[in-house]
Amino acid sequence: MSSVTGQESSNAPPVVEMRGIVKRFNQTVALNGVDLTVKRGEVHAIVGENGAGKSTLMHILAGLIHPDRGQIALNGQPVTISSVESAYAHGIAMVHQHFMLLSSLSVAENLTLGKEPTRRGLFDRIAAAQAVINLGQRYNLVVNHAAKVADLSVGDLQRLEILRALYRGAEILILDEPTGVLTPQEAQGLFRVIRELKRDGKTTIFISHKLEEVLEISDSITVLRDGHVTGTLVTSQTTAPEIARMMVGREVFLKFDKPQITPGKPVLECVELCGPGVQQATFQVRANEIVGIAGVAGNGQSELADLIAGLLPSTAGTVKICGQDVTQASVSARRITGFANVPEDRYKHGLAAQGSVSDNLLMGVHDKPPLSRHGLLDLKAIANRAVELIKSFSIKTEKPASRASTLSGGNAQRIVIARELADNKPFILVAQPTRGIDIAASEFVREEILKRRNDGAGVLLISADLSEVISLSDRILVMYDGRIIGELPAAEADETRLGLLMAGIREETTNASKTA
Amino acid sequence: MPAIFDVALLASTIRLFTPILLAALGGMFTSRAGIFNVALEGMMLFGSFFGVVGVFWTGSAYIGLALAVLSATIVALIFGFFVIQFKGDATIIGLAINILALGLTTYTMRLIFGVTGGYYDPNLQGLPNITIPIISDIPLLGQVVSGHSIIVYAAFVIVGLAYIFLFRHPVGLHLRAVGENPQAAGSLGIHVKRVQYLSVILCGMLCGLAGAQLSISIVTQFVEGMTAGRGFIALVAIMFGQAHPVKILGASLLFGLAYAASLRLQGGAIPTQFVAMLPYVATILVLIGTRLRPRQSSTT
Ligand SMILES: Nc1ncnc2c1ncn2[C@@H]1O[C@H](COP(=O)(O)OP(=O)(O)OP(=O)(O)O)[C@@H](O)[C@H]1O
Ligand SMILES: [Mg+2]
Repeated sequence: MSSVTGQESSNAPPVVEMRGIVKRFNQTVALNGVDLTVKRGEVHAIVGENGAGKSTLMHILAGLIHPDRGQIALNGQPVTISSVESAYAHGIAMVHQHFMLLSSLSVAENLTLGKEPTRRGLFDRIAAAQAVINLGQRYNLVVNHAAKVADLSVGDLQRLEILRALYRGAEILILDEPTGVLTPQEAQGLFRVIRELKRDGKTTIFISHKLEEVLEISDSITVLRDGHVTGTLVTSQTTAPEIARMMVGREVFLKFDKPQITPGKPVLECVELCGPGVQQATFQVRANEIVGIAGVAGNGQSELADLIAGLLPSTAGTVKICGQDVTQASVSARRITGFANVPEDRYKHGLAAQGSVSDNLLMGVHDKPPLSRHGLLDLKAIANRAVELIKSFSIKTEKPASRASTLSGGNAQRIVIARELADNKPFILVAQPTRGIDIAASEFVREEILKRRNDGAGVLLISADLSEVISLSDRILVMYDGRIIGELPAAEADETRLGLLMAGIREETTNASKTA
Repeated sequence: MPAIFDVALLASTIRLFTPILLAALGGMFTSRAGIFNVALEGMMLFGSFFGVVGVFWTGSAYIGLALAVLSATIVALIFGFFVIQFKGDATIIGLAINILALGLTTYTMRLIFGVTGGYYDPNLQGLPNITIPIISDIPLLGQVVSGHSIIVYAAFVIVGLAYIFLFRHPVGLHLRAVGENPQAAGSLGIHVKRVQYLSVILCGMLCGLAGAQLSISIVTQFVEGMTAGRGFIALVAIMFGQAHPVKILGASLLFGLAYAASLRLQGGAIPTQFVAMLPYVATILVLIGTRLRPRQSSTT
């Protein structure tokens, strides 16, 4: 009914007003007197470094945790949000950084769980399916209602989470790093949905580390640092460097020098490598070289990484690491040959969330000197390593023995990156190295990767972030439909040339392009 | 030697498989709610004992049945209290309940009945056998289907009800959600603890019925540790039946058949000790088979 455009008359009370919010976990002060004001119908971005308290603040608004101090008012009315249910009752719903879906249930069951339609006391499947269809049509969020959640793509999972919030009657939608797991194309789809919601008068609170996205989609911005608000900005009147300065407290240089080095011996050689989703990949990565792989997600990059890591069996061709044929070798044999792997999905394949930070920093190298001697773990060496890595990669944790699951999203990611980059392995495979990581830390991670390359390592970099690929790589390979269809020296690469190759233009194919 | 497979064998299979089926259905609820319950054995044993106590005190088999259900439910709530409220390790607490059940029933038997080992009184009247009109007159079928206690017929009805509850009722959906991911379920406003308590209560009630079928239905007597591992066999039936009511029915029938066959073969050419092993050997074989089979997600 309302024709809200985000600039409603300024005397209407803000839809969300949080005052002096304090939250501590044991010794960690996650929020130290935070104020947040969100206007009705706007898209409000919350930015800040890893561990700044963004997720914690939103968990409080969504009723998942309770603040130690502070007040919340909605539309000018003071409220206590005591539980998720009471948040829902106030029209607040949150889509989490880690999805809260039940994979053995169907889409329709997940959508309605907790507020099921019933007929004669029993779950009404038809009405639930109809709800998926109706809401989907209204907001352009199409998900197959009969599918099992286990079979959905990440994009679908996210659409389902948003649908569920809408099904619950959300007026205020909280999205915690929604684009972290999406391809740039999927992210554009999400932004269309957010604009649709805005047209409908709904308010969106959006957390992201990608400043271009924040500038594109938001109306106003709150910047957090170390549990404090360091800035509230109107998007149309600010710039990326200004936001970055407020986040980090200093200038951030999004460029770095890359000394020219002549590459050395090959550390990775793939010859006609074939496997599920990958066809005849032939290429090399040499010492002192970063080779980037560009491509629209779903064109075989993840599968190529898994084939090289030994997580997927190859059907033909060979893989050599440091001159040794490892085509048939196990994952651990490949690692011993001299291979480090920063996997794409670090929560699933890189972390033991219930393990301690120091154990997570040790996995994979635990059985070799200096961490283990005479078959026993050297606890002192392990503790030293943990302290050192926590410091150099600025992993924000209470103590090395804290569980990995208590860390903020980005800090958990850093554990994996620190572990894999710590030992000077001659060949490093990195997938999406800066996903979910704040800008200052991304800068640091990129510098570390570059440093390894300068020190003699060969790096294969897979990233959905084109500017990252262009700025870091020495050579860029483009994958399309499971094949490597082009190669460019980084100096000659720009987004247009790469974009054409990524769309499969070089090959004279008339096939319809692959739809993921 | 008489033929092994005949109508009488099937009838006795039905009597013998009922306790396993009921306990397994009970354990299915807790396992669907994310609690691995090894205390089925102990809960059944409480049911068996208090069933006999109820009959002894009041002379009414139905009051005995009620007392069996009540006592097992109370024990289940104690189990639930430690596991759900205090987040204790379910396996350890379950084993403690089993040990408690054995010790307490043995001791109390001495107090109430003044006997050790077992209590049997021919004057005690257990649950009557129900003759189903018409069907009982059909040859063969009548012998298998008719003439069981009310618990046997209830068990079949419960299979259907459990199916509807789990897969068609909203609370059943909550139960499955809590078992799969309590955090996600909680984030949707489902009361995780409440749902888990419900599963524990249902489990206790069904174990009580199972215990009563053992002690006040076929014969009316209590013997020390008379559940004899049936609670654990029920656990295997849950795994084999993928915590699905209809599949659990099938698995329990298999074990019931093994029991009936072992009774039938006793006194034959094979030494009794080996014959008596039959149900347990069948369980181990099934367990190995279940483990070897590639894991698949349970479905409706
Ligand atoms: N359950 C918990 N137990 C202990 N500490 C916690 C817990 N949850 C969060 N913290 C701490 O609170 C601080 C803020 O965490 P929060 O998750 O809000 O950060 P964030 O801004 O969302 O970061 P990111 O960008 O990395 O996701 C961190 O130092 C984190 O370690
Ligand atoms: Mg976060």
